[in-house]
Amino acid sequence: MGLGQLASRALLRSARLAASNPHHQFRRAIVTTPELHNSAESAAAEAHPEPDLPKRNPVAGARVHFPNPDDAIEVFVDGYPVKVPKGMTVLQACLMAGVDIPRFCYHDRLSIAGNCRMCLVEVEKSPKPVASCAMPALPGMKIKTATPLAKKAREGVMEFLLMNHPLDCPICDQGGECDLQDQSMAFGSDRGRFTETKRSVVDKNLGPLVKTVMTRCIQCTRCVRFASEIAGVQDLGVLGRGSGEEIGTYVERLMTSELSGNVIDICPVGALTSKPFAFKARNWELKGTESIDVTDAVGSNIRIDSRGPEVMRIVPRLNEDINEEWISDKTRFFYDGLKRQRLNDPMIRGADGRFKAVSWHDALAVVAEVIHKVKPEEIVGVAGKLSDAESMIALKDFLNRMGSENIWYEGNGPNPNADLRSGYIMNTSISGLEKADVFLLVGTQPRVEAAMVNARIRKTVIATNAKVGYVGPSADFNYDHEHLGTGPETLTELAEGRHPFYSALSNAKNPAIIVGAGIFGRKDKDAIFSVVDNIAKKINAVRPDWNGLNMLLLNAGQAAALDLGLVAESEKSIESAKFVYVMGADDENLDRVPDDAFVVYQGHHGDRSVYRANVILPASAFTEKEGTYANTEGCAQTTVPAVPTVGDSRDDWKIIRALSEVARVSLPYDNLSAIRSRIGTVAPNLLRVDEREPAAFSTSALRPEVKEKPDAAPFTTVVDNFYMTDSITRASKIMAQCSALLKK
Amino acid sequence: MLRRLAAQRLLEIRQAFRQPQASRSFSTALNYHLDSSDNNPDIPWEFSEANKPKVKEILSHYPSNYKQSAVIPLLDLAQQQHGGWLSVSAMNHVAKVIEVAPIRVYEVATFYSMFNRTKVGKYHLLVCGTTPCMIRGSRDIEEALLNHLGVKRNEVTKDGLFSVGEMECMGCCVNAPMITVADYSNGSKGYTYNYFEDVTPSRVVEIVEALKRGEKPPRGTQNPKRINSGPEGGNTTLLGEPKPPPCRDLDAC
Repeated sequence: MGLGQLASRALLRSARLAASNPHHQFRRAIVTTPELHNSAESAAAEAHPEPDLPKRNPVAGARVHFPNPDDAIEVFVDGYPVKVPKGMTVLQACLMAGVDIPRFCYHDRLSIAGNCRMCLVEVEKSPKPVASCAMPALPGMKIKTATPLAKKAREGVMEFLLMNHPLDCPICDQGGECDLQDQSMAFGSDRGRFTETKRSVVDKNLGPLVKTVMTRCIQCTRCVRFASEIAGVQDLGVLGRGSGEEIGTYVERLMTSELSGNVIDICPVGALTSKPFAFKARNWELKGTESIDVTDAVGSNIRIDSRGPEVMRIVPRLNEDINEEWISDKTRFFYDGLKRQRLNDPMIRGADGRFKAVSWHDALAVVAEVIHKVKPEEIVGVAGKLSDAESMIALKDFLNRMGSENIWYEGNGPNPNADLRSGYIMNTSISGLEKADVFLLVGTQPRVEAAMVNARIRKTVIATNAKVGYVGPSADFNYDHEHLGTGPETLTELAEGRHPFYSALSNAKNPAIIVGAGIFGRKDKDAIFSVVDNIAKKINAVRPDWNGLNMLLLNAGQAAALDLGLVAESEKSIESAKFVYVMGADDENLDRVPDDAFVVYQGHHGDRSVYRANVILPASAFTEKEGTYANTEGCAQTTVPAVPTVGDSRDDWKIIRALSEVARVSLPYDNLSAIRSRIGTVAPNLLRVDEREPAAFSTSALRPEVKEKPDAAPFTTVVDNFYMTDSITRASKIMAQCSALLKK
Repeated sequence: MLRRLAAQRLLEIRQAFRQPQASRSFSTALNYHLDSSDNNPDIPWEFSEANKPKVKEILSHYPSNYKQSAVIPLLDLAQQQHGGWLSVSAMNHVAKVIEVAPIRVYEVATFYSMFNRTKVGKYHLLVCGTTPCMIRGSRDIEEALLNHLGVKRNEVTKDGLFSVGEMECMGCCVNAPMITVADYSNGSKGYTYNYFEDVTPSRVVEIVEALKRGEKPPRGTQNPKRINSGPEGGNTTLLGEPKPPPCRDLDAC
């Protein structure tokens, strides 16, 4: 049968249909609403607000907060009465009533655009369907979400959206987790009427992280709003209009934001997808493991998606108190470092200077033999950035049993204050920063040190016009700030009230002082802390109802290390050490170690410290073990093993436990719960997982008085390269590309 | 009968597929920028000394915290100054003046088809392509212009004098077909934007030739028998004194 014959048949049939029903052609149009408005179904829904309706629960357990109980209004969604605060939109009211409205452009953390029209619902007495995301709920509004009119409106919108959307789902990375795919199945029509050719749009180059297939874009503008509102980079925009409209940067430029990966999550279609993940896996093949991130001290909640033994990607998990639903690019894309430069066998450096793989038995025997040969004061232990609490307490207990008191955590500097918890955690808490109205950042560049904390500060600055004062070297900020000075003398001026910014600080209701952990490395840190304490005292930053004196830590294990008291008797001991136990510490300067010292490196990556090691004990990375980490606000969280360990590697604490047995000083714990109860005796707050325990005392009153004045030396930049801060990120190819392309 | 119907349908289907999409683009440029020797962000661009007071005047129309409202008038001024088109550096400068990110200016400039983002001639000829003009032969007029000048649409002649573009309805349907001549030959001072109405393929060529000679052909209707929008050869109806409207006779009450 030829095409012409087919066409003529279709023509004939439609002609017959048209003849039999003169109103047929009008039935397809949305505007012929009278019969839809008065259809039997909608009348029924309206007539009986039946009391025996089954109870509906809010979508995804959404809860509503009434700032003022008087402002509650009642609306009816499909006949169900629901109370919402004034100013909520119709869409939010529907969510509260347990009706999930389809949407593309609406996102609850972005401004409302109202341009996809997918969320159309019928509202009684309104002549047209209304876009529920942009319409405020009004008292007594009768919203209907399942009437023929609403269904037809959605179907029509979906038909328009699919008109120019390519049918390339089989080769699209979003397939399986695509909003457009899901919603067209749920709300779309089973056929379209579009016979023209689809448009195509030139792909944009947004950098090494975000892959673009702009033909798939449905112009929801979520990415544009994310970039300008949350990430604070005004790079993306809507260009052109009508059928030529496209998302782009106009002048080719890479998206230089540390949060750019989040546009992958918010894109409802496959226009923006992950470049490293492209064509690697389908989302239904992946096993999700809810874990936490260890690349910075924020402890962002993540889901590790793995297939077999391989981590395929990392996506954020919602945690309102820590990372909301965003994560930084480093968190999202460093995972390929987990597959490269891994240590998978115990190794001993031979006489020729080359490593030779040996059995665990031999490696531990050698280490145990050497450790007994040296004097206790010549034994030194250094825990690395990524160490979890379990391994740190095991290392400390083991070396203490060997008679050494010199165990520390790299990056904490000499004599860190580990006695007062309020002196090293973020007392305001990350979500608490939103209540602050003036920020004073001392020697910290939150954008590179803790991107999610920076996003929180930016959110506060945008929402409440909070002022930000910054003391430190010139740095990148994506919000308005005042650069007050570069060194401690600015702080002295502030403490004495001589600085112009002092009036802003002293007038603030909730001032937040954030001190960077880079200060730990300075010789005059005690003097600086006492000046900061003075400022806090003067501006009344520490009160029973508000604690605005914060430290912003740098590394995942830092808070736990201080909680556990990993403080060296003397950091100088490394210069006369004969036995150095390095547990993943790759940023510790091992040139200070004497040449004849025996260095044991226990870790998962062949990074800097391996060059100096005599014995290598392979350990598992955070994706492969269960470990407790405390983030910068003192919230303990645990990682969960997502993939099996690599090669012959073992969990850090197990290695130390085994070594202690070989060394005949057996540690008294054989499993995780036992080691955790040991942690409980030192730092019980580390056992309250996912709970933030505030510090009991505030520092200023308890700190010993400091006589000396701070140096004149200005503060320095602590993190040079945001993308490469630890052994995993340094091994990552993606991070290497990022630092080559995106670092200015 | 069936065969004929089928053949006709087939023709329709073929035509539907043959429609070239490019003919529907009204803007002079793509929606993204490609660096070229005469259009790249490294070329310095500033408002001229003569235009600086105008910039100040335009900005004074808006509250100082809503400077971005001035984006369209400033882009227009920049376009006049820059010979009828906006280079990236011109847009960047406007962004600097109104203190927004450059992308916010690009968004506006790409949205409006009257902002040209590629080079146009000193005389930019815009042919109205909307239905009334199209029925009255605007396609022929465009063809005549393109043939006479030897260019494609949105292309500039070798001497840099002319370019031809298409426009949506310019509100002269009563005098259709019409073309607009945007005259950038004298910068923003002598900038004119004139309508030439009731044109014919031969008349547009005459207009082009007159412009080439540096003359200023009379704007408005090109039909000598019409006065402005009046009917050809004078009024044919409503010749007498208009009757008063049929109101109530208030005095009689």
